[in-house]
Amino acid sequence: MNASELPPGTRVRVRTGDPITHCRTPRYLRGHCGTVVRALGRFPNPEELAYHRPGLPARVLYQVAFEASDVWGDRLAEPSYRIHADVFEHWLEPIGIDRIGIDRIVADREGSS
Amino acid sequence: MSAVPPGGVIDDGHDDVRPESRRLEAALRGLLLERGVFTEEDLRRQIAATGARTPLLGARIVARAWVDAHFRDRLLEDAKPALAQGFALDLEHTPEITMLENTAQVHHVVCCTLCSCYPRNILGVPPLWYKSREYRSRVVIEPRAVLAEFGTRIPPEREIRVVDSTADMRYMVIPLRPAGTEGWDEDRLVALVTRDSLIGVAHARDPEPTPD
Repeated sequence: MNASELPPGTRVRVRTGDPITHCRTPRYLRGHCGTVVRALGRFPNPEELAYHRPGLPARVLYQVAFEASDVWGDRLAEPSYRIHADVFEHWLEPIGIDRIGIDRIVADREGSS
Repeated sequence: MSAVPPGGVIDDGHDDVRPESRRLEAALRGLLLERGVFTEEDLRRQIAATGARTPLLGARIVARAWVDAHFRDRLLEDAKPALAQGFALDLEHTPEITMLENTAQVHHVVCCTLCSCYPRNILGVPPLWYKSREYRSRVVIEPRAVLAEFGTRIPPEREIRVVDSTADMRYMVIPLRPAGTEGWDEDRLVALVTRDSLIGVAHARDPEPTPD
């Protein structure tokens, strides 16, 4: 892992805002908090690519886990579950470390290997 | 909850392309050919290459993962090199891909709420419902209800994980190996892996009861 990347378990808040551009951050997640699962690598910024620009420097893309009950609140009609979505670094604001999240992520990885 | 009839989300037809979409596609294609961005030959070759990728390839990958734990581990760790080695698949110039393993504890279901991102580099063209506004908007807020419309029941104690492919990573599911297939070889297992199980809207097929 690159030293400048957010480690797994970092609590993040997805930025709000409604830029007039092609953007890969779904609206239903904007303003909500989640936990970094892992960094997926660096990719050209889609907000630039859409306008035929190179999109460089490439941005870190993170897989982020959200608790459905946090995202939907009272609208959720099923037992809660997790939503995993991929969000670029410039849409994420780190807000701390989630110890419980880290334990679950480590347990998941050990369970799947 | 849902305004659609049972099974309503599973419309698999590809016939309802809007006329204006057809005209737009024809105009754009004509311009790209005229300007020499690509040739008719390039177009034909790309259509053939996309058509050659079908869920059968995904089924073979899953069957191998079920019988070969070493291959499964490498696939989960880093899919592209494992597929290059195990299936001679050249995915270098295609999107990144991650495999998600369904287990007795976790059931993954894949969607793209923003458009229609799908592991095309392995499975080919997605079903029409995958691109529908209805599937995309409902699966992230009522996954159990949507899965039930596909006839897929998930035990209440099993965690559901909705994987929204919002950016540059594509996701394919390795479904849970059905009970009663102990000792089966790879070729026999392939027939149990359906397209829908490769994105988690269904389980792999149960084996037919056999007289022996």
